[in-house]
Amino acid sequence: MILFVARRLLSAIPVLFVVSLMTFLIMWLVPGDISAEIGGADATPAQIEQIRQQFGLDRPLLERAVQWYGNLLHGNLGYSYLLDRSVVAAVFERLPVTLPLAALGLVLATLMGTLLGILAAVRHNSWLDQSAMVAALIGLSIPDFWFGLVLVILFGVTLGWLPTGGYVSFTDDFFGWVRCMTLPTLTLAFTQMGVIARMTRSSMLDVLDQDYVRTARAKGMRRGTIIFKHALRNALVPIVTVVGLTAGVLLSGAVVIESVFSLPGVGRLIVGSIQRRDFPIIQGGLLVTAIVFVFVNLAVDILYGWLDPRVRDDR
Amino acid sequence: MAGSTRGCAMTADLAAADSAISLRAEMARARRRRALQLLRRLVGHPSFLVGALILALFVAVAVLAPLIAPYDPNKNNYRYVLMPPSAQFWFGTDAYGRDILSRVLYGTRVSLLISALVVICTGILGTLLGTLASYVRPLDGIVMRGLDGLMAFPGVLLAIALAAALGPSATTVVIALTVTFTPRTARVVRSGVIVVQGMQYVEAAQAVGAGHARIILRYILANALSPLIVQLTFVFAVSIIAEAILSFLGVGPPPPAASLGNIIADGRSYIQEAWWIAVFPGAVIAVAVLGLNLMGDGLRDIIDPRQRNER
Repeated sequence: MILFVARRLLSAIPVLFVVSLMTFLIMWLVPGDISAEIGGADATPAQIEQIRQQFGLDRPLLERAVQWYGNLLHGNLGYSYLLDRSVVAAVFERLPVTLPLAALGLVLATLMGTLLGILAAVRHNSWLDQSAMVAALIGLSIPDFWFGLVLVILFGVTLGWLPTGGYVSFTDDFFGWVRCMTLPTLTLAFTQMGVIARMTRSSMLDVLDQDYVRTARAKGMRRGTIIFKHALRNALVPIVTVVGLTAGVLLSGAVVIESVFSLPGVGRLIVGSIQRRDFPIIQGGLLVTAIVFVFVNLAVDILYGWLDPRVRDDR
Repeated sequence: MAGSTRGCAMTADLAAADSAISLRAEMARARRRRALQLLRRLVGHPSFLVGALILALFVAVAVLAPLIAPYDPNKNNYRYVLMPPSAQFWFGTDAYGRDILSRVLYGTRVSLLISALVVICTGILGTLLGTLASYVRPLDGIVMRGLDGLMAFPGVLLAIALAAALGPSATTVVIALTVTFTPRTARVVRSGVIVVQGMQYVEAAQAVGAGHARIILRYILANALSPLIVQLTFVFAVSIIAEAILSFLGVGPPPPAASLGNIIADGRSYIQEAWWIAVFPGAVIAVAVLGLNLMGDGLRDIIDPRQRNER
C-alpha cells in the first residue's frame, strides 16, 4: 500500500508540470502589450517599463518560462498591481470560502445521489426507479448558475426565508454562515446529484445480479445488510470514480456559483479580475484551483487502492 | 462473406469481374439494410425520439428566429420597461424595454451556432489526436500526457481563463470550449481505435498492402465511430451550458448581441423586480440540454451498448 501511494504521488508530477505550463502559456496568448493593463489605469510609463522587465515581457518565451518555474518552485505566483498584493495571498485568503462550498456540495450531492441510485436499483423498473431517473436527468440538464438564480427568486425574493446573496465568515456568525451557504450548496448538490445517482444505480444493478448476493439472500440475511454490506461495498469503485470527477465539476461550479450569490471566493476573484484584466490573478487562481483538483484526483486514486486491493498490484 | 470464396474459386477473368460486381452490389444492399435497421431502432427508441424532436424544434427556432421573433431583439423601447409576461410580451421585457422572447429566440440562434461549431471542431481535433496517439505508438505518451494535463483543469475553468485571455467574442468561446472538450473526446476515439486495431480485418488489410490512409479511414475509423458520435452528442449538451456560463460571466459574445447567458446576466441585476428576465432563457437552455441528453442516452443504448451506464 505504501509503495502504491508513493507511485501515485510520483505520477502526479508530470500532470502538475503540464498544468503549470498551460497556465503559463495562457498569459502568452493575450494579444497586445499587457504590461499597461497589469499596471492599471494610473500607472506611469516608468512603472509600466518596470512591470515589463519584471514579467520578462521583453525577453524570449523560453527565458520567461524558466523564470516562471523558478518563481513557482519558491511559491511565488506573481504580484497583482491592481490589488497591490501578492497573488498567493489574494488567492489563499479566498480559499476558505470556495473550498467549503465545493466540499459541502460534494458531500450533499454524494449522499443524495447514492441514496437515490440505491433506491432506484433496489426497486428496479418501478415508478420510484423511473421518477428517480427522470429527476437525475433533469438535474443533469439544468445549468447550475441559473438554478441558483431560480432558488434566489423563490427563497430569497418571494418567500424571503434566506439571503439573496452576501457572506459572513463562519467564525463570526455560524448561523449566518449556514444561511448564506444553504442555497449555493443546494444549487451545486442538485445539479451534480444526477450523475452520481445514475452511476450508483447501474453499478448496483450489476452487483445485485451476482451469485453472492443471491447466496446472502438465501441464507436469510436482512435486506438492509445485503444492500449496504454485500452489494454497495462491491459497487463502490465506479461510484467513487464519478464522485472524483464530480469534485472537479463542483470546484469549477463553485467558481461560477460565487458570482451568482456574491460570495467572496476564488471564483469571484477570478471573474472580477477578468473584468479588470488583472492577468496575474487569473493565472494564479486557475493554477491553484487546478492543483487542488489534481490532489482530489490523487486522493480518489488512493481510495481505489484501499477499496479494491487488486488495483494496488496491477499498476 | 459468401461472395468472396466464390470469387477466389473462379479462374476466368470475366467470371471474376462478374462476381466482383455482384459482390459489390450485395455489400451495398447489406449496408442499406443495416442503415435502415438502425434508423428503425432509433425511431423506435422513446428517449431518442423525444430528444431528436426537441433538438429539431430548437434548430427550427434558431434558423427561423428573424421570421418568428415578434420584435427587434436589440431595439430599446422606453415605453415598456420591465413589463411582466403578458399577451403582448410573452416573456416580458427588460430594463431597456426589449422583448425577452425575441432576445431568447436570437440567443438560441447564437448558442446553437456556437455549440455546433464546438462539436465540429472537437470532433475533428479529437479524432485526429486520438487516432494519432493510438496509431503512431511513439506519440501516444506525449499526446496523452498533454491531454491529461488539460483535463486536470476542473470543469469550464480553463475555458473561462482562455476566453479571458483572448478577449470576449463568439470565436473565443468556440476556441476555449474546443480546447476544454477535446481531451476527453480524443480519449474516447483512442480507446475505440485501439480495440479495432487488434481486429483481424485490419491485419488482413495490412496484408493485402492497403496504405495507412486507407486502413485508418476505411477500416479503423469507420468501425470506431459509434462511441465518438455518442460522445459528441454529450459535448453538444455540455457546450450549450458552458457557452451560457461564459456569456453569463461576461466573456462570451459581447452585448448588445443577445446570447442566452448574457440575458440571464442582465436578469441577475433585476432579480428583485423582474424574475422573468433570468427565468425564461435558463428554462430554454434546460429544455435544449435535456433533449440532447435524451438523444445521447438513446444513441448509446442503440449503437454502443457496451458503453451504457444504465439499463
